Amino acid sequence: MTRLNLTLLIALAVLVPLSLLAGRVWIDPTGTTIPHAATILMELRLPRAMLALTLGAGLGAAGAAMQGYLRNPLADPGLFGIAPGAALGAVLSFWTGWAATGWALPLFALIGAGGAMALLGLIAGRSGGVLLFTLAGMIIASLAGALMSLAISLSPTPFAMSEIVTWLMGALADRSWAEVWIAAPLTALGIAALMLAGRALDALTLGELAARSLGMDPRRLQMLMIGGVGLTVGSGVAVAGIIGFVGLMVPHFVRPFTDRRPSQLIVPSALAGALLLLVADCLCRVLPLAGGELRLGIALSLLGAPFFLALLLRMKRELA
Amino acid sequence: MLAAQNLTLAGRLAGITTELHPGEVTAICGPNGAGKSSLLAALAGLLAGDQGAAMLDGAALSALPLDKRAQQIGYLPQSADVAWDVSVETLVALGRLPWRTGGAQDHAAVEAAIAAMQLGALRQRAVSQLSGGERARALLARVLAGEPRWLLADEPLANLDLAHQLALLAHFRALAERGPGVVLVLHDLAQAMNHADRVLVLSGGALVEDGPPQQALRSEAIARHWGVQAQWLGERGARALAII
Repeated sequence: MTRLNLTLLIALAVLVPLSLLAGRVWIDPTGTTIPHAATILMELRLPRAMLALTLGAGLGAAGAAMQGYLRNPLADPGLFGIAPGAALGAVLSFWTGWAATGWALPLFALIGAGGAMALLGLIAGRSGGVLLFTLAGMIIASLAGALMSLAISLSPTPFAMSEIVTWLMGALADRSWAEVWIAAPLTALGIAALMLAGRALDALTLGELAARSLGMDPRRLQMLMIGGVGLTVGSGVAVAGIIGFVGLMVPHFVRPFTDRRPSQLIVPSALAGALLLLVADCLCRVLPLAGGELRLGIALSLLGAPFFLALLLRMKRELA
Repeated sequence: MLAAQNLTLAGRLAGITTELHPGEVTAICGPNGAGKSSLLAALAGLLAGDQGAAMLDGAALSALPLDKRAQQIGYLPQSADVAWDVSVETLVALGRLPWRTGGAQDHAAVEAAIAAMQLGALRQRAVSQLSGGERARALLARVLAGEPRWLLADEPLANLDLAHQLALLAHFRALAERGPGVVLVLHDLAQAMNHADRVLVLSGGALVEDGPPQQALRSEAIARHWGVQAQWLGERGARALAII
């Protein structure tokens, strides 16, 4: 194991127990006993922490793989249209009223993600070319976005509309073990697919033609990317709504500590993504805010937009 | 043996049949749009023809497993683009990707390629910090690290100053003398004349000349295919093209 991965694991081992203590009710293990402390820990905070780790790991790994695949440090897993596809599925579950029954929301979202993945494979076709694939993703993203807006504008009740809008601003509040059991296995499978893509992503460092001359199979890589990004991002959206910018930011934090090959970035990005989401969710929880808790999706967008700008400015300076 | 058999690609290649020999430096020349890069990519197995086939040792390239093909044929694209700012050592090691061996064998091949391209002092340097000539050497070392039996390079001398062009040509010659076949797309006819064992001239997608450089690139051929009246001056191995 590399020193970077070990450092990140140690940080996680320290921060996960600490994160369980933070929240509206602070739990002090040495202080006075708090009523229902065990329930708060086991049924509220632990699943929430596990979900933060799962989603963060999935988004981090997907971001690292996406940047390698598109050979672009500004790429984000959202570019493939899978997150909007999943969100559209979730919106439809609210729209139809099915969301009220426990499993329907994530199921609809997963079907939406699966639909986006299938459409992506169909449009991108046999060529395996990266450009066509990216354009296909953008088409799907804008189509899903338009359909989502349509569903919101035609929502049957104001209640459904407010439910949809709130849900879209991703959050981890009030999640249970059920969400963990949906997201964790799918995310693990997705990260495994992305790790399998590592060698091909390394080859792509030299451009598409040189990568193919090194034995990279563009179709296989495309399938691994659709599967990997689809499972990690799709399952994440299914349980928590849209949480942006993690996949964009995390690989940048990690890259300077690696040899910069995309394959070496996937695992540390997963660990760092888990760390980022865990800390960000904790801060959302403890931030004193009138009218409830800061939504995680909003917090990360507030953090992500200036980060993106700084990145752009730095790249502009390097190009000049 | 690397060969093309009636290789045809609509609008780009018109029924090319030829056989290339290991241990030789073969130059592919021709005016712009003649199909040079297409032929090179097809010979590397990266471009499938509509008809005919590129063959390696009697088997169609398209039928070879991708890893096996990549182990035999190294391809140096025209673009010197490297997406991530990796070190020279990491860049060269990418050439080992087709082998999946790992360990000592990879290490030895990477070391040999670094030594052959005199990159020892630059091994830890980031690619973005290299000069154009150093980058060209590092990218060639990447191909050499794969220990290919065939090295196919698309305009490897473009964007290099004269000294670096000559140095790279010397490396190609040294490689061919060790056994592998070297195939280069070259624009500079004098470089092809002085440094190739054999020249293929393409025009309009067809193979119109094939032979030793002094025959394939004689004045009449240059006039016919490039539309330029020119004459060779100087001695063999140091010829210059004078435009009349």
